[in-house]
Amino acid sequence: MRFDGYKTEGFYDELFDPQGNPRQGADLLIKRINGLPETELQRRQKAAERALLNLGITFNVYSDEDQSEKIFPFDIVPRIIQAKEWAALERGLKQRISALNSFIDDVYNDQKILKDGIVPTELVLSADGFRKPCIGLKPPCGIWCHITGTDLVRGGDGQYYVLEDNLRCPSGVSYVLENRLIMKRTFPMVFDACSVQPVTDYPNHLLDMLQDLAPQGMRAPVVVVWTPGIFNSAYFEHSFLAQQMGVPLVEGGDLVVHRGEVMMRTTKGLERVDVIYRRIDDDFMDPKVFREDSMLGVPGLMAVYRNGRVALANAPGTGVADDKAVYAYVPEIIRYYLGEEPIINNVPTYACWRDEDRQYVLENLDKLVVKAVNESGGYGMLVGPHSTKEEQAEFAKRIKANPRTYIAQPTLALSRVPVLMDDHFEGRHVDLRPYILYGKDKISVMPGGLTRVALKKGSLVVNSSQGGGSKDTWVLNSAGGTSPESSIPAGEGL
Amino acid sequence: MLSRVANSMYWMNRYIERAENVARFIDANFHMALDLTDSASNQWKPLINTTGDHELFEKLYGEVTRDNAIEFLTFDRNNPNSIHSCVRAARENARSVREYISSEMWEHLNTFYLMINSAAKEESMDLPHQFFVDIMTASHTFIGITDSTSNHGEGWHFGRLGRMLERADKTSRLLDVKYFILLPSVDYIGSSYDNILWGALLRSASAFEMYRKQHGRIDPKKIVDFLLLNSHFPRAVHYCLAKAMSSLNHITGSQRGTFANQAEQSLGRLLSEFEYASLDEIFEQGLHEHLDNTQTRINGVGAAIQKAFFNPQLVEVATQSQSTE
Repeated sequence: MRFDGYKTEGFYDELFDPQGNPRQGADLLIKRINGLPETELQRRQKAAERALLNLGITFNVYSDEDQSEKIFPFDIVPRIIQAKEWAALERGLKQRISALNSFIDDVYNDQKILKDGIVPTELVLSADGFRKPCIGLKPPCGIWCHITGTDLVRGGDGQYYVLEDNLRCPSGVSYVLENRLIMKRTFPMVFDACSVQPVTDYPNHLLDMLQDLAPQGMRAPVVVVWTPGIFNSAYFEHSFLAQQMGVPLVEGGDLVVHRGEVMMRTTKGLERVDVIYRRIDDDFMDPKVFREDSMLGVPGLMAVYRNGRVALANAPGTGVADDKAVYAYVPEIIRYYLGEEPIINNVPTYACWRDEDRQYVLENLDKLVVKAVNESGGYGMLVGPHSTKEEQAEFAKRIKANPRTYIAQPTLALSRVPVLMDDHFEGRHVDLRPYILYGKDKISVMPGGLTRVALKKGSLVVNSSQGGGSKDTWVLNSAGGTSPESSIPAGEGL
Repeated sequence: MLSRVANSMYWMNRYIERAENVARFIDANFHMALDLTDSASNQWKPLINTTGDHELFEKLYGEVTRDNAIEFLTFDRNNPNSIHSCVRAARENARSVREYISSEMWEHLNTFYLMINSAAKEESMDLPHQFFVDIMTASHTFIGITDSTSNHGEGWHFGRLGRMLERADKTSRLLDVKYFILLPSVDYIGSSYDNILWGALLRSASAFEMYRKQHGRIDPKKIVDFLLLNSHFPRAVHYCLAKAMSSLNHITGSQRGTFANQAEQSLGRLLSEFEYASLDEIFEQGLHEHLDNTQTRINGVGAAIQKAFFNPQLVEVATQSQSTE
């Protein structure tokens, strides 16, 4: 199968320029795919899907009782990012996370940025992710958001924008690692020839970072991953990360606070836990401090945390900085703490609590994307150009009733990547979620990240719960040469 | 290790072992029935009794036929001990300890489950012998993969403990049910009819070839001896209890002959009775009574394990020494 009939249709395409020629760095891949025997690509796509099913790389869908496990759809054509472009993104992400971490620390301690009037106080204190019990907290090394998965999109102008900062429990990194594994099995030679930066050492970096958080004096800190349980939509990822790091995966029922320490119940009695990578929302962690009705939590956990006897990643309360209303202020936040201009821009955002912005939003509902500030996963959203008059009227009503809870953004012409559709390629919109680790000594960004793709024709919603799939993301080495992850001698055929 | 993880390791192995046993029971019965067309139908009821789920069966199906017996034992989701239910439960347990077991174990078990799941969706009840062989092989492969890809540490021993107790229980049930059905035919010893029936009993425990090598001719008493008291045949009750004991000793760190909790005490007692048992005494006591008593005590060991390891009291680990403070 060949790319001959493929059209970019006026969108920014990640693999082809507007004239239909492969972009720099993508030419080798295109040439190889064009050179494959007829139906070979489909065969490999099928083999990759079967491998994912057998590996049990699935996610759970809450609303879908009967078929509660699905494989996350995977497309075999990778997205390619050139080294130079990536270097700029990496700098921009480090800058942004560094500023957001300062912001969180400030909000729960001195509140300078609020006192200086940069971000409205009532906006921050009313944010869905603001946690009053976190006031005065001093997490180890002043780090709050240890693991972040920032959502980036590329617009029709070829520029990257930050769409969302996921500072709480971002998921998806396991798919990045498994996608890479599948791609290396499926396209060993192409992979090797393209010189792709490795992602497979992520679990090592994650474990190092977590061990560094242990309370002082621990020689061999006990790190655990905390999952809400096997019915959680991201359960596969929780268990995958625990397995890759070689640490226990625990549920709330496995943990107990005993004599001022967090312990886990083992066959030989209670054993101390030093660091918890928690994949459970703030609200459910400790019924004594957050939601009283939490059945998943560990009573007394926060008191132990406050005393520095256990470390949590991420720290509770980080959600205040990924509130969609606070998002509108991130450029100012960066300037305020770092005295720098943002390297990656926000998507232009209209804040419905500002009278002028709201007026504009209400008049242009058919052109804008409206988002509820406290929803995620593609829920509570109006995509103007794809909406009916009734839906627009409904959102107008909601916005007027609750202006604080809505923002609007122009409908971006998200960039596209070719996707295999039966016997030909079609362009589909994508985003990109790189993963950033904020460690004791440095901030590191995984090269690449999760490319999510809206598999429905024309759709702009990439979320897995809404018919999205994923692709492997290849960040190329600037110098060229062979891929560090590959063991195959270069120069052989496919 | 975490109590919850130990619990899952134990049950994951029990369920796979159970699925394998049910598959073998069906397969052996099916082939025996083919050889004995006239009395074929009445061989399925005892098979349901072997699994201990005859009450549930009566409620769901009433009269036993070949087809509804196979459906009940193989695919029925209402039967918690059908092959389908067992493999699903094993896989759910594996899913909850996926980070603990090796990827190879998980991938094999997941593929095993998907295989049965897709077979369950097929309309035709014309199940080939190969289907049951595949299930037995999948179980054996699982044991092999487990042995060669994961540490033989605490979790492995919990797994083997579960598997061995399950196997001991199933062999004793098989013997209990089948022996008394076959007994009237003792008169015909040596007839081909008799050889087929007793041979099928041995095949149900995968014991035919090994029995032949040891005892040669079919002899009911020797069959009982082989399936109960043999210490080398891996499906004999004695062998299973010995391996279970050894795993339990590894878990607690107790020396052989000593005990750290009630589970170890009752299993140790049961095992020594098997070690010093003689066939004559067993028949004197009554074979059925002996088997019934054995099953009850194996259940008791299971309950004691549950109490000692899976729902432990809040006691700190005595050897904790990670803090330098």
